[in-house]
Amino acid sequence: MRLTTPPATVQEEGATAARSRTRRRLRARRWAGWLFALPALAFYGVFNFRPVLMSIQYSFYDWDGVGAATWVGLKNYTEVFTDHEQLTSLLHAFYLIVFFTVLPLTLALITASVLREIQGRFTGALARTLLFLPQIIPGAAAGVAWTWMYSDNGVVNQFLHAIGLGSLARPWLADFTWSLTAVGFIGTWLSTGLCTMLLLAGIGKIDGSLYEAARIDGAGPIRQFRAVTLPGLRNEIGVCVTITIIAALASFDVVYLATQGGPGTQTMVPGVAVYNLAFNDNRLGAASALAVVLTLIVIAVIAPLQRLFREK
Amino acid sequence: MPTRTLRRRAPGLVLIAAAGLYSVVPLLSMISAALAPQGSFPSGLSWPSHPHWHNFVDAWNVANITTLLKSSTLIVFGVVPAAVLISTMAAYAIAVLDIPLGRVFYTVLVLTLTLPYEIVIVPLYEQVKEMGLLGSQWALVLPLIGLNMPFAVFWMRAHFVTVPRELSEAAGIDGAGPWRALWHIHLPLARPAIASLALLMFLSTWNQFLLALVLIDDPDKRTMAGALQAFTTKYSTDQVLLNAGALLIMAPTILVFLFLQRHFVKALLQGSVKG
Repeated sequence: MRLTTPPATVQEEGATAARSRTRRRLRARRWAGWLFALPALAFYGVFNFRPVLMSIQYSFYDWDGVGAATWVGLKNYTEVFTDHEQLTSLLHAFYLIVFFTVLPLTLALITASVLREIQGRFTGALARTLLFLPQIIPGAAAGVAWTWMYSDNGVVNQFLHAIGLGSLARPWLADFTWSLTAVGFIGTWLSTGLCTMLLLAGIGKIDGSLYEAARIDGAGPIRQFRAVTLPGLRNEIGVCVTITIIAALASFDVVYLATQGGPGTQTMVPGVAVYNLAFNDNRLGAASALAVVLTLIVIAVIAPLQRLFREK
Repeated sequence: MPTRTLRRRAPGLVLIAAAGLYSVVPLLSMISAALAPQGSFPSGLSWPSHPHWHNFVDAWNVANITTLLKSSTLIVFGVVPAAVLISTMAAYAIAVLDIPLGRVFYTVLVLTLTLPYEIVIVPLYEQVKEMGLLGSQWALVLPLIGLNMPFAVFWMRAHFVTVPRELSEAAGIDGAGPWRALWHIHLPLARPAIASLALLMFLSTWNQFLLALVLIDDPDKRTMAGALQAFTTKYSTDQVLLNAGALLIMAPTILVFLFLQRHFVKALLQGSVKG
């Protein structure tokens, strides 16, 4: 008998009220979860997000960091694209991509597809250690190491003399024609090991039967590479390209210690130019404008690449 | 190894040996210069007939390595534990507690993940100056915690989303609050992810150069990498001492790497794939 049960509408109303009460309680509890995220939000907001916004604001002002700031509109931005030093620094950044990204990726692809896997525990450990060394040491220390490598009586010239090309020997980092390329090869040294290890890790995950099938279909090594290896490594190649392009565009440590942008402005990169504008010339607005342009370039280059390498 | 496989594998082995050699030659060249007599002009790569090991002791003293080790250690211990803790909590709130607007916060973090330090360096300097921190290690520690947040939260969230939902729900039914659930259930499971994150942050903090250079004007209070600049300008003409000093400055990370090689390689490979 259901005589004691309240009419349906009342029952429903009660249920809705209870449900909305629990929902409200749940929502309150979900908001309370922000207590966990608050410290991260505070540190991020104060020391990361705010400075980004401030950079954008600074970039529209003329300011020496001490006196009053004057609004100059887009003047700092037009300077980025007309001032010789700033403009060449941006062009150099793109040139460096060849050495930071293209060359290491090519070398890594060749090594990974020829080697496929490192057999033997000792060889594996040794190879890993050596290949990762450039990633482990501070970039600034790499700058010192290569300044020495490229010096008059450094290894590079020693090697050229040894193979009978002594006439090419020169102080590479002080050479007007070759200094930027020399700096670029430091980047190659920094990135090659990491890319090789990444691609080796990736190639190990490719199903061996795919190669088997390609071989049965009569595919030679080149076809196998294009049909199996490249698609299988898509993700790893994307990672290698993304990291190294950012390293090339935003380089600072190595260049600052190896050449400080010289001789002249031959190796000037945006990072060093921003540093000089801000902390040597006290032109915070101009420095910020260049930093903003650099950041926009990084985003403009990286965003389409991310999409390219992510889609299946 | 049978000769046939050896012959098939030879090109690969030659390549990897060349790559390994390429990686290590600059360091060997530094060692060879560091062991030459002081004041001499060493050349490229040659084992000196009388290695002057004492150069390292002298470089240790002139480069102030003891002070720098202390300073770097202080900075790492200021940054890494705090950054790991608060990023883990935030990722937990976003992924497990599903806080309102959590997705928005996460998206903003990810969008700023690839921004170069150049975009923050000028305002950070002004900000740290206003706070009166310039010249102390705090000037580097606090910004680095903030700057590590995008990657750290991204990393820890990637871990938390792999934890089955039922686990936290079960904890909720058992009456455990979000704190107890995080502490007793999620943290033990997150240990490998936290270890890798801590290792990556140790490396990037210890090697931090640009921020250390700008935010701390006293070289003795910088990271070891940041102090390298002051040292190189001072001893730019003395190749022997310069190389010995630079080797000492990079030695700590290399030593830690050699001891924790397996973990480092795993963390670096994962770190780059996730980043």
